[in-house]
Amino acid sequence: MTIVRPYGDTTGDGMVQLSFTLPIKHSKVAEGAAAQLANKMGMDPALVVHAKPMGDDFTFFVVYGRVNHLVDTDQVEVVERDYPLLTPKEANAAIKRSLRRRMVVVGGCIGTDAHTVGIDAILNIKGFAGEKGLEYYREVKVVNLGAQVGVPQLVEAAIAEKADAVLVSQVVTQRDAHLLNTREMSAAFRESYPPAKRPLLVVGGPRFDETMAEELGVDRVFSRGTTPGEVASYLVHRLTTRKAS
Amino acid sequence: MGKLTLDAADVRRARTLARQVGRPIVKTAQQHTTVSVERATLRLAGLGGADAEGTPWVNRLADAVRADVGLEHGVALPVWDALLRGEAEDLLVLAQKAGAGSVTFRIPEGRDLTRARTASRKAVGAGIKQIDRRRVERERIIAKVGDAPRKPWIYLIVATGDIHEDIPQAQAAAREGADVIAVIRSTGQSLLDFVPEGATREGFAGTYATQENFRLMRAALDETSRELGRYVRLTNYASGLCMPEIAALAGLERLDMMLNDSMYGILFRDINPIRTFVDQRFSRQVHARAGIIINTGEDNYLTTADAVEAAHTVTTSQLLNEYFAKEAGLEDWQLGLGHAFEIDPAVPDSFRMELAHALLARELFPKAPLKWMPPTRHMTGDVFRGYLLDGFFNLVGALTDQGILLVGMMTEAVVTPWLSDRDLALQNVRYVMDAAGNLHEDFHPTPDGFINTRAKQVLGESIQLLEDIKAHPGTNYGAGLLDAIADGTFGLMKRPADKGRGLDGVARKAPDHYNPATEILEGDK
Repeated sequence: MTIVRPYGDTTGDGMVQLSFTLPIKHSKVAEGAAAQLANKMGMDPALVVHAKPMGDDFTFFVVYGRVNHLVDTDQVEVVERDYPLLTPKEANAAIKRSLRRRMVVVGGCIGTDAHTVGIDAILNIKGFAGEKGLEYYREVKVVNLGAQVGVPQLVEAAIAEKADAVLVSQVVTQRDAHLLNTREMSAAFRESYPPAKRPLLVVGGPRFDETMAEELGVDRVFSRGTTPGEVASYLVHRLTTRKAS
Repeated sequence: MGKLTLDAADVRRARTLARQVGRPIVKTAQQHTTVSVERATLRLAGLGGADAEGTPWVNRLADAVRADVGLEHGVALPVWDALLRGEAEDLLVLAQKAGAGSVTFRIPEGRDLTRARTASRKAVGAGIKQIDRRRVERERIIAKVGDAPRKPWIYLIVATGDIHEDIPQAQAAAREGADVIAVIRSTGQSLLDFVPEGATREGFAGTYATQENFRLMRAALDETSRELGRYVRLTNYASGLCMPEIAALAGLERLDMMLNDSMYGILFRDINPIRTFVDQRFSRQVHARAGIIINTGEDNYLTTADAVEAAHTVTTSQLLNEYFAKEAGLEDWQLGLGHAFEIDPAVPDSFRMELAHALLARELFPKAPLKWMPPTRHMTGDVFRGYLLDGFFNLVGALTDQGILLVGMMTEAVVTPWLSDRDLALQNVRYVMDAAGNLHEDFHPTPDGFINTRAKQVLGESIQLLEDIKAHPGTNYGAGLLDAIADGTFGLMKRPADKGRGLDGVARKAPDHYNPATEILEGDK
């Protein structure tokens, strides 16, 4: 068990910084209100170091202060990587050995989302964070459908290409569009495939919660900062172990 | 002017190539019409509104005409022939009857043809006169209340999805210092083959572009302009499947700037290339008439490709956008050619390269009000580092005399901008402009130094790319550019001329095709 608290410049000082806006005119009262809010959030003492009027009706604050909360790292819940990281070479070899053909990956942005930056970072040869995208893998066939792909179109392409995995990225999150779209997508795949034949469904995007896979009806959720190598390693792990079992 | 030592012959060569590459596209555009061009013509003649299901009457009427006589003759002749035959007293009733299937359209001949031509030209001419009046009105208001006090114009975005939320936000942004307000459209509107109707209160990541939303926002900003003593400009998007119609509505409602790119729809929305080029040409003719400044979308290339490797695709696209814009009648002061600060900050000398690229654009297009777009790709969620990056972006803007500066938000890629984000962002711009706004007077890059060398390199690569495009075989439509687009030359996306959305809305013009709007817009140039 490890107990931690925020670190300003001394172990255990518990110092944090916070900024926010209150919808009131700048005044002594406004600054007091900011300090009170910080107190209620557990900052004590709370130092209102900056207060700036923004127009007649709003004030912006920066607050520094000490929190007394402790965090137990043993009680933190995260999705740990449960597959080995492979280099492209190792991934290619594993696919060759167990599938004895190229792995087919179909990807795109569904719904009205036109931001292909996520799916492109994973699929395009250009890649992301210094890692080459899946197009670079000799044993992976990539079909990138691009932006604003309809769910029926995605299912159709997956069937036509005999996809082993379907990758979907979602950036637009207004009104939870990313969650609605993902559920619609996973439902469509459940309808169109017998359970054993269904391709792996993977969604990714900056605002996804990695623990939501089951709830969304997909096999895996990837969040901010995921690299092509991680996605490739996951796909190889799942597809080659599924094959073996 | 003239901080770079560009070879004048290279600059001429680049322009000549852009013209040679663009010319066949213009020809193709002249040979075709689209459903949206024809619907825009009906809108100019005053047909608006929608049926109970929300389908605009221009769509109902154009579809009915198309079903009877095809699109290739244009809708003007069959529509005004039907009116002259007494099928309905006006366009709206005709559209309603056509929607119910109780009118049959035909292509008039002889005297009937002449009468239909004259009547349609008169009706559409009235809409164009309204656009002319709106342009004069803008000039009058600017003369009366005053213009934005300095360059660059500060460009801020609102995007709530609800026009009645957008309005107070836009007015607040103007009071905080914005010279230009852009209302971001709802995601996906580009792919609607109709323009929604009325005031709208829900959109995804933006607000629908409708005539009523345009009118409401312009009226609100007129009020704020008078209050502030400076004219606050309004921007929207003429992109996607309805470029011509949205351009017409923007002209009728006195919008001031419009996003209008020659290739964006093709590359990033997978809209059919022919459809895009036809729609683009018509929409730009309308913008030219309306005195609207266009903003092109070169920043988009850098969001999908590497900003160093792909720098020359920006220059190439700017040259093509300039050619297409001028061919459509736009003048230099109306060309808000786009470019962006998107080089990975981890790359050594990234700031010097940004300066080189921005100066290159400045000197290639000395009279155009360039539109300078802030970093988005390398905004990571580290808002503190992002704030610094935006400061450097502003500094490039100050040093290279940009006309329109889209204000960067430190919360880019985190949230839609908060009130405080906007306030901090404007403080950033003001600090840089006050502290370094005149630094360009002292800034003279060494003739053979890094900045000059880099700018020349990018221009050279751009010329090479234009040469390659020109050398493309040009099979289908006799245009090398279309084949280059099909091959994935721009932004790595392959877009063949016979694929993409909206292709079924394109028709090759018959010899007797007639469009009074085109006639007036081209004839009165």
